[in-house]
Amino acid sequence: MSDYSLAELCICAGADIFRDENPEVFATLIGLVPRLGGSLAKRTFLPGLMMSDGEYYFVSEPVHVGKRNGYMPKREGRIGYERVFDLIPKGNRHAFVGPVQVDRFGQMNLSCIGDYNAPKVTMLGVRGLPGNTVNNRTSMFFGAHTSRAFVAGEVDMVSGAGYNPDRYPGGVYPPGLDHRRIVTNLCVLDFEGPNHAIRVRSLHPGVTFDEVQDNTGFDLVRPDDIPETPAPTSEQLNIIAELDPHNLRANIFKDNPSGRRAA
Amino acid sequence: MEYPVIDKTMSVADIVGELRSGMTIGIGGWGGRRKPMALIREMVKSDLTDLTIAAYGGCDVGMLASAGKIKKLIFGFISLDVIPLEAHFRRARSAGEFEVMEVDEGMFQLGLKAAAQNLSFLPCMAGLGTDVMTYNPDIKTIENPYGEGHYVAMPAIKLDVALCHVSEADKLGNSYIGGPDVFFDEWFCRAADKAYLTTERIVDTPAFQEDHKIMRMPIERNLIAGVAEVPFGAHPTSNGPDYGIDVAHLKAYSATAKEGWDGYVKEYVNAADYVKTVGGADHIRSLPLPVF
Repeated sequence: MSDYSLAELCICAGADIFRDENPEVFATLIGLVPRLGGSLAKRTFLPGLMMSDGEYYFVSEPVHVGKRNGYMPKREGRIGYERVFDLIPKGNRHAFVGPVQVDRFGQMNLSCIGDYNAPKVTMLGVRGLPGNTVNNRTSMFFGAHTSRAFVAGEVDMVSGAGYNPDRYPGGVYPPGLDHRRIVTNLCVLDFEGPNHAIRVRSLHPGVTFDEVQDNTGFDLVRPDDIPETPAPTSEQLNIIAELDPHNLRANIFKDNPSGRRAA
Repeated sequence: MEYPVIDKTMSVADIVGELRSGMTIGIGGWGGRRKPMALIREMVKSDLTDLTIAAYGGCDVGMLASAGKIKKLIFGFISLDVIPLEAHFRRARSAGEFEVMEVDEGMFQLGLKAAAQNLSFLPCMAGLGTDVMTYNPDIKTIENPYGEGHYVAMPAIKLDVALCHVSEADKLGNSYIGGPDVFFDEWFCRAADKAYLTTERIVDTPAFQEDHKIMRMPIERNLIAGVAEVPFGAHPTSNGPDYGIDVAHLKAYSATAKEGWDGYVKEYVNAADYVKTVGGADHIRSLPLPVF
């Protein structure tokens, strides 16, 4: 078995999010792991996945990340921001994003931390999270699985909606609400526990359930048997290297650790 | 017999002279791209105050914030794109220096489109289940009048004035945007009582005969009250394909959020020759387009 980094493990887990997707899903991939994960899915089992060059054009092959060095994206259409916003309510879209906080309902925060009127930390703003989450399938990546990110109670500012019935008229979830997975440096989570509770789907090599739970501010659903997150294949590693020729993935985690943690 | 001739050309100072304290002003472009920065600098210099600013914002919002011009900000995000967080916005927002109406990016476009169509709102799902509703108690939900469920009734974002920067314009107010994404500039202009453009070049109308240009002319000229020619008027934001984002300038600008904003104003905002002060025309032309 070839050696692989934690970043590469997370990228492959990110690709796996699209395993049972619509063959022509429109994927919005924000951040390096989502971008490379979605690109890997398109290069392997989901060639019909629709994605952009990161700015304006749909592309027929994923654009490698970082400096282009003369490469011209293979355009197959236009996807400007207005078109994105017009398409979101249609629904055949999967947004794979990196919020700052998430809670037990799958509610996300990208706006601010602390008092809303004078926040301790101001971030980007809610961006497209409100629209994504009630219309599209949603997955997340967290580079640091800690109880500061996986918070007790609710996130400071609910920017992305989740499975919290108290927040909807009549307690009825919008039909488009469909959270899929969370990839972290420790594990893969999904929303397949009772009433969409967050469940540990797989543990990265060398990680225990207890370690994940200790770094999570709310109770996780623990299945009887938790598989190990599948190791990247050599084919996947080769494609990742093509998608990331400048090895930006080496900077996702401090010191670029191995995916197989030393016991 | 003399027939009327339309000529909307005016100066940047003339345009800002049309603005009044307390107005609601929409700003075109997106984050670090194609912002009407020459107008923003002129606004920083002015004695305008108590503005409500609506934007897919970047350093336009950051500069107006640090200049103390903003009473209320309508936004979905504020970012410099290549630098994700906007330091001046963050400082002012965390200091509680202005009110906010923080909404989803798609809700924002619906707010502009509602205003453009003289509607009080447009419905959407975005916002349901989030604190967008908590912190904007004025945004109502409505029952689906034709079936099950509820919608958010995104209120119109009615603008007094819209300000945008384009690649080319003629003196009638026809305009062409050279970058691939025209963003929401036409909706800002349609949502406003009056809209003003700055442009890299004033051209004669026949310049728009070219097929590739005609597809990127989203703004109707009868929305436009004035046009000012300002080469490199989007700097330090990009104006594709002519020039990219001035990342080094934006880094230096960002550092002045903590200390040195007055110095930034003195050196750049008040510069007698802005283009020369930031490095000259050749420097700006050589700035690479951002890669995302």
